This record gives sequence, C-alpha cells and structure tokens, in this order.
Amino acid sequence: MIEVRNVTKSFNNVTVLHNISATFEAGKTNLIIGQSGSGKTVLMKSIIGIHRVDEGQILYNGRDFTSMNRKEVVDLRQEVGMLFQGSALFDSMTVEENVRFPLEMFSQKPQEQWKERVDFCLNRVGLSHAAKLFPSEISGGMQKRAAIARAIVLEPTYLFCDEPNSGLDPKTSLTIDQLIREITVENNITTIINTHDMNSVMEIGDKIIFIHKGHKSWEGSKESIFDADNEDLNALVFASKLFQNVKKYHNR
Amino acid sequence: MGFFESIGRYAELMFEVFSKPQRWRLLGRQVVKEIEKLGIDSLGITIIISFFIGTAITTQMVLNTENPLLPKYVTGLTTRETLLLEFSSTILCLILAGKVGSNIASEIGTMRITEQIDALKIMGVNAANYLILPKIIGFVVIVPVLVIFSMFVGLLGGYLVGFTSGIIQPSVYVMGIQYAFNPFYVTYSLVKSLFFAFIIASTASYYGYYAYGGALEVGKASTKAVVNSSIIILLFNVLLTNIMLV
Repeated sequence: MIEVRNVTKSFNNVTVLHNISATFEAGKTNLIIGQSGSGKTVLMKSIIGIHRVDEGQILYNGRDFTSMNRKEVVDLRQEVGMLFQGSALFDSMTVEENVRFPLEMFSQKPQEQWKERVDFCLNRVGLSHAAKLFPSEISGGMQKRAAIARAIVLEPTYLFCDEPNSGLDPKTSLTIDQLIREITVENNITTIINTHDMNSVMEIGDKIIFIHKGHKSWEGSKESIFDADNEDLNALVFASKLFQNVKKYHNR
Repeated sequence: MGFFESIGRYAELMFEVFSKPQRWRLLGRQVVKEIEKLGIDSLGITIIISFFIGTAITTQMVLNTENPLLPKYVTGLTTRETLLLEFSSTILCLILAGKVGSNIASEIGTMRITEQIDALKIMGVNAANYLILPKIIGFVVIVPVLVIFSMFVGLLGGYLVGFTSGIIQPSVYVMGIQYAFNPFYVTYSLVKSLFFAFIIASTASYYGYYAYGGALEVGKASTKAVVNSSIIILLFNVLLTNIMLV
C-alpha cells in the first residue's frame, strides 16, 4: 500500500500540487485521472521520487520515502517497476537484454536463473518471438509489453504506469490494460496508473482519484463515477459522445 | 544558468559519476564497448586527417624554408615538432571534440528526453555512473593511442609526399625527424591528450545529461558540448604548455 499525505509541490514558485492526500491499495489498479496539465504526472513522479516534494509524506507500506537516505531509496526502488509513457526501452539493447538488465544490475540469484525469469516475463506479455529484436524494430504496443516485462522482472511490490495507452489503438490499449490488471491481481501489486483514457477507467479502475488544477477533486470507483457530483470530473468523463450515451443508459 | 551554477552542477555530476559502480562486471563490459564506439571508430578520421596534415605541413615547410642558410633537414624537424607538440594532441582532440563530443551529448540527451535515464533511476541505478563513467574511462584510455597513430601517420604522410613529389629527399626528411629529438615532447603530448579526452567526454556528458525538452534541446546540447569543450581544451592547452614546457 502507498499512502500520500498532504503532498505539495511547486516549480519556480508555481504550485502544481496542493496538499494532496490519497491511499493506493495493494492488489488493485489505482487510477489517477485528470486533464492534461492537471498535475497527475507530477504527482506520480513525486511518489516515485523523480521530483522531490516540498511538503508532505509518501509512505510505502509505512516506510516514509521522503525521509529515506540514498541507500534506502536504492533498496526501495528495486521493489518498484515503472511503465513509462514512451516505454523508455534502452535503444541499444534488444528486447531480451532490456528485460534482463534489472536482473544483471540487482539480482542476487545465479545467472542461470536469469534466463528462466526473462523467458517467463517475455512469455507472460506474449513477446517470446520478439526477444532478439531491438525496440526500433517492434510496434508501439509491443514496446509497451516489453516495458511491462522489464518492469515486472524483479517481481515488484509497486507498479507505476504513466499513460500506458498513449499512442495505441483501442484494441491494443485493451490488451495492455488487461495485462496490467492481471499482473496486479496475480502478484498482489500496488499499481498506480496515470491516464485520461476513459476506456481504461471503465475497464480497470478499481480506485480512481481525480486531480484538477493540482487539487484532489474526487475519489471513488468506476461504478460511482457516473453519479459523481463534480462538475470538473463530469466535464472530463462526458467529453465524449460515447460516455454521454453510457450515462443515459446508466440512468435508465 | 550562471557560470558558477554550471560549475556546481558539473561538479555534482562528476561526484555521482565517480562513485563506486554498482556492478564492476557491467562497467568493464561498457568500457570495452565505449573504447570501440568512441575510439576505434575514430581511427579512420584520425588517420585520414593526420596523413593529409602531415603532407601539407611538409610541403609548406619545404616552400617556406628555401633559405640557403637553413639546412634541408629542417623540414623534417619542423614537421615533427608541429605534429608532436600541437597537431596530434591539441588539434586532433579539437576534431574529436566535434565527432565524439556531439555523439556523446546527443546520445545521452536523447536518453534523457525519452525518459531512459528516468527509467534507470527508477530501477535504482546510478544513471550518471552507469552511462558516463564508461565513456570517460574508455575515451581517456583510447585517445593516447589515437595520438600515437596520428604522430606516426602524420610523419609518414610527410615522408610519402617527399618521396612521390621529390620536393625533399626522403633520407634528408628522415634525418630531420630524428634530429635533436626530445622524447619528453611525446610524453607532453600524451599527457595533454589525457586531459583533453577527459574534458571532451565529461563536458559532452554534462550537456547531454542535463538536456530537457525535445529534439531541439538535444541539438542545442550537442552544439554547446562541442563549442565549450573546444574552448576548455584551448585554455588547458595554454595552461599545460606553461606547466610542462616553460
């Protein structure tokens, strides 16, 4: 479980996050949603520690990340997997080498077991056939799957996904969403996903936190989102005709 | 960003770069790769440029030392001194600052803007140490080898232009390059090249590592890396010459 307590973050005297508190539970897909520029990526990067928060606490299963020393941070990060918006695979390595990299860097297990684990992860995301290819030689959807394989290779306790569906077609997006959800449940991972894709929200949103202009504006589940008494959230959810129709159907 | 702030960030980066590697075996493998990428791949341009500069220097020396009071072997002597003292270390490193410096800055800058460096950090990897240290070690190791190649090929170019065009007798040229030879000049040149290699690799890495934004910023970082490392090389050339030769 990850707890965010009263987190505030500013850049050049502009406050991007205002006193945000939230709890992200294990074994569930926790979604942070909001319009572009609302501060959701800053919130995620603050939770992971790419940005240092100005005020507040971030607790990983009760351990305060904001007061950890360098070694404790390095140790904690081995429990963290991350799927970046642009996949962030290493260009100079093949898919297999990308997935093996965290093991080479941190695993205490014998090398013979690395291959077994890499093969398992590639197989889990359906990329065994692309192991020897470079990231530039595979599609965007395959890159995301390779990045998921790399993120889970060290069997993380926490998984972060920043816009996992950006640039993907609806069918591939669905595949990625389902894969993330399955991995979360199978391994009881605390998963936090940044998205503004309402299909994802409806598909895998166990818990949803809505960020608006740097404030936590709403919190709930995908079932309660249609009844939310929040104008800003409604403006986001019902921006598309499709969801307006879904709401009509829901209200009937 | 102010000058002193840049120096501070550079020092901070170097502190991270020279911390203890998390995996020595990976460092060794990366160093070998960098030696090949930054050094061996620069051998071709080193040979071509050194050869033609050697021929040009010899030709110009012949034409400008036609005074009967000057012995003929002075051509070989001045070609040797020019190559040993300045060309094969300073000028070659200025050329490598363009080739290798832009390569390093754009590679690391691209990794920065495509979040690959963030990915390393999230994994708990010391990204600066993992990415930059092998480049610095690899380049510092290989540049003296390139300098020695440059000296040899430059002198060979002078010999061949004399041999093929007949502007100077090869035996006189050879006598010139052997005359009053001071081995310390080779040491001086190699020591300079070690400093220059460090300057090129670390400056380019610095600009790449702190590149933010998009492709435009990577291009700017690459340009800054080449311009600033060239200026620092020239400053250190003056400094080292005064320390070692004066």
